[in-house]
Amino acid sequence: MGAILEMRGISKSFPGVKALSNVNLTVEAGEIHAVVGENGAGKSTLMKVLSGVYPHGSYEGDIVFDGEERRFRTIADSEKIGIIIIHQELALVPLLSIAENIFLGNEPARFGVIDRSFVFRRTQELLRKVGLKESPDTLITNLGVGKQQLVEIAKALSKEVRLLILDEPTASLNETDSAALLDLLLEFKAHGIASILISHKLNEISKVADRITVIRDGATVDTLDCRAEAISEDRIIRAMVGRPLADRYPPRTPKIGEPILSVRDWRVHHPIHQDRVVIKGVSFHVRRGEVLGIAGLMGAGRTELAMSLFGKAYGKRISGSVEMEGRPVDVSTIEKAVDAGLAYVTEDRKTLGLVLAEDIVKNVTLANLPGVSRGTVIDDMQELKVANSYRQSLAIRCSSVYQQTVNLSGGNQQKVVLSKWLFSGPKVLILDEPTRGIDVGAKYEIYSIINKLADDGKAVVMISSEMPELLGMCDRILVMNEGAFVGEFTAAEASQEAIMRSIMQSTMKKTG
Amino acid sequence: MDQRAPAQALQPPPSRPSGAGFLQSNIREYGMMLSLFVIMVLFEVLTNGTLLKPLNLTNLILQNSYIVIMALGMLLVIVAGHIDLSVGSVVGFVGALAAVMMVQWDIHYVPATIACLAVGALIGAAQGYWVAFFKIPSFIVTLAGMLVFKGLTLALLAGQSVGPFPKEFQLLSSGFIPDLFSVQGLKVTSLVIGLALAAVMVMVNVKGRATQVKHGVENEPFGFFVAKNAIFAGLIVYFAYLLSSYKGLPNVLIVMALLIGLYTFVTNRTTIGRRIYALGGNEKAARLSGIKTERLTFLTFVNMGLLAGLAGLIFAARLNTATPKAGLGFELDVIAACFIGGASASGGVGKVIGAVIGAFVMGVMNNGMSILGVGIDYQQVIKGLVLLAAVFLDVYNKNK
Repeated sequence: MGAILEMRGISKSFPGVKALSNVNLTVEAGEIHAVVGENGAGKSTLMKVLSGVYPHGSYEGDIVFDGEERRFRTIADSEKIGIIIIHQELALVPLLSIAENIFLGNEPARFGVIDRSFVFRRTQELLRKVGLKESPDTLITNLGVGKQQLVEIAKALSKEVRLLILDEPTASLNETDSAALLDLLLEFKAHGIASILISHKLNEISKVADRITVIRDGATVDTLDCRAEAISEDRIIRAMVGRPLADRYPPRTPKIGEPILSVRDWRVHHPIHQDRVVIKGVSFHVRRGEVLGIAGLMGAGRTELAMSLFGKAYGKRISGSVEMEGRPVDVSTIEKAVDAGLAYVTEDRKTLGLVLAEDIVKNVTLANLPGVSRGTVIDDMQELKVANSYRQSLAIRCSSVYQQTVNLSGGNQQKVVLSKWLFSGPKVLILDEPTRGIDVGAKYEIYSIINKLADDGKAVVMISSEMPELLGMCDRILVMNEGAFVGEFTAAEASQEAIMRSIMQSTMKKTG
Repeated sequence: MDQRAPAQALQPPPSRPSGAGFLQSNIREYGMMLSLFVIMVLFEVLTNGTLLKPLNLTNLILQNSYIVIMALGMLLVIVAGHIDLSVGSVVGFVGALAAVMMVQWDIHYVPATIACLAVGALIGAAQGYWVAFFKIPSFIVTLAGMLVFKGLTLALLAGQSVGPFPKEFQLLSSGFIPDLFSVQGLKVTSLVIGLALAAVMVMVNVKGRATQVKHGVENEPFGFFVAKNAIFAGLIVYFAYLLSSYKGLPNVLIVMALLIGLYTFVTNRTTIGRRIYALGGNEKAARLSGIKTERLTFLTFVNMGLLAGLAGLIFAARLNTATPKAGLGFELDVIAACFIGGASASGGVGKVIGAVIGAFVMGVMNNGMSILGVGIDYQQVIKGLVLLAAVFLDVYNKNK
């Protein structure tokens, strides 16, 4: 069979980061092609190039579809020739009906008046194809996630799809819904529709995929053919993570003391769907001078764990106990958590970490205004001194500390958020994805800061989706999956294969 | 910016902008003052000097005092990311309550005044409760409040006007600083207070600059600093002189000046002020920094209610009667004052002095156009266009 899609030598850079370098991907007509790789390996970027989110000219390389070179300027261009992408975050309007969503932006209309009966009939037809037994008039908000996913697929089918791209389609689905979705893909294949399936669930991939392309660090490392011979999951995992650990991490001799923070039986329920348990009774501790890593895939519950500990900033019906230096502490509000010596540095510095319109000074002191005030009056010279001292010790590059934080680069913004929490005088710092969206040089600086904190006798909990970073930085690594710890490794024992395997094994136990 | 430079990269020396450069980077603040100045000069010329006649200047202050006072509270509400549409109705309601208590029930004016202020704060609390703790949009809560208190005003007054107020109560807005020694019609005490005020302002500024120089963070050119202080001190003394040559400083001006000073201090220098700006700038980040965002939102509404109550008392005392129509449309002037003064509708940005200037821009235009005989119809049109133009310039400057 001939290739329906060929992506040749695709390279794409963002300021300071090379996201893709010379990626090749060939999809044959009527095959299910899996794309796997770690978080941040470049899978989503590649799909955005393919679907025209990043227009022609913003990347290098060629896209050949149906034997013709294509230059997409918008998503509409790629959709017109039948390339349809279904994103991980569903793009449905909750308060419109199924039919209205399927034809959104593409309404069959005469003089602007929508042909309702046609829409209704066509939607019924499409819903039958995807096996969804719902009326076209049902509102999206009344459907579960699995059914919403099917609506997305029906929407794709309404557009003469030739190549269907699914980004983590089963990430939020339960077993039966996942199985139904995979069967649907196989059915499409029988009708000659090719699919690209991006997934972390290797058991699903080995069930349906014809070929597998592995992407690592923005480059294609391997294409495996599953039709000729069965491919073991170990083989895939090795390809996904097998990269040499270069000298990208500053050295540190750990001086680990007694436990500072101990958490026992921590259970957290989802803030809206309150019967869903997000964190399933986990226990852990971190010691003075220790850097503890928490590994896991996206959605494993790491951020939820951290934020629920930090003054119940996430979740409902939280139970469990927290001890600091052997004494039970109350962390039920953020203020109390800060007083107890906890600090949480968010993964999302722009929306949760900084007041972007304010300058560095005001951001640095925000979590500890009493530290620069007499009574309720702020001593602005004292405040300035504090900001300048962090500017120096953390090497924040700025024209002055009165510069608005919105104008700083990602690395410097991260340093401002770190300064804020250092000034609050914590004993335990929880760093959530501390180097996300930061270039390599600034990462090294952040790592050095983390080492310094540990040397100063603080305990650091580091949540990261970049496994090499955890391996390079941490004294101990806990592996989280689906709201529970499924593995623990010391620095010496830990390897990417071991961590991946413990995640995959725990997932397999659940999905059978 | 973020190259892989060594950690101890040299910090660039703090730049000392030139006068013009300084003016350009602070255009937002000085632009407001400049536009008020231009508008005053314009109407002074157009009205052949009537605008700044002592009598008219006194009236200008009396007419705008309640708008300025409410603008102080509204600024905090807007900075926190909300809006309060009910203040006009609250002015009417509190005025009516004061009239009923003092005139119909014969309650002494001191406890009655205190009770009215408490009721204002309570109204603010009642509305803030829904906004802060139940996350109901403030636009809706205060729209409801606007209707409720407009209705309650009518009910309380039974559709009638109630008055007059006791003499002592009227002094709140029609009284002047008593003069100890009158020299040829000039109220010396008032002039002395004006001089003292100018001296205090200059002293505070000089001291502030000295601290800045000590820490090497002053960035205002020296000549500019001197000129600015000379102009402001001169203007204060000049206006004090004008007022002194009529009846002296109105009591309500003193109240207003004290409140402006207090709120400037609170917003610029205190932790609660800082936290309100952080709350409006990024509520989630503020909450994750340990700030009790809900309580803070609640307090801004309590404060707004209290000031609206005070404005209601001042307005009732000025008219010397409570009417069912009192306060009608005040919320629009108050909100417009804040936005003309540079507050951002999305929260986090805005200054007390800006809101005060915005209130006076509106006040001077009202007053000047009335003297010129412009009808109430076109006054509204012009005011609306000025509001749009002021905000447009603000947005344009920011995007540039």
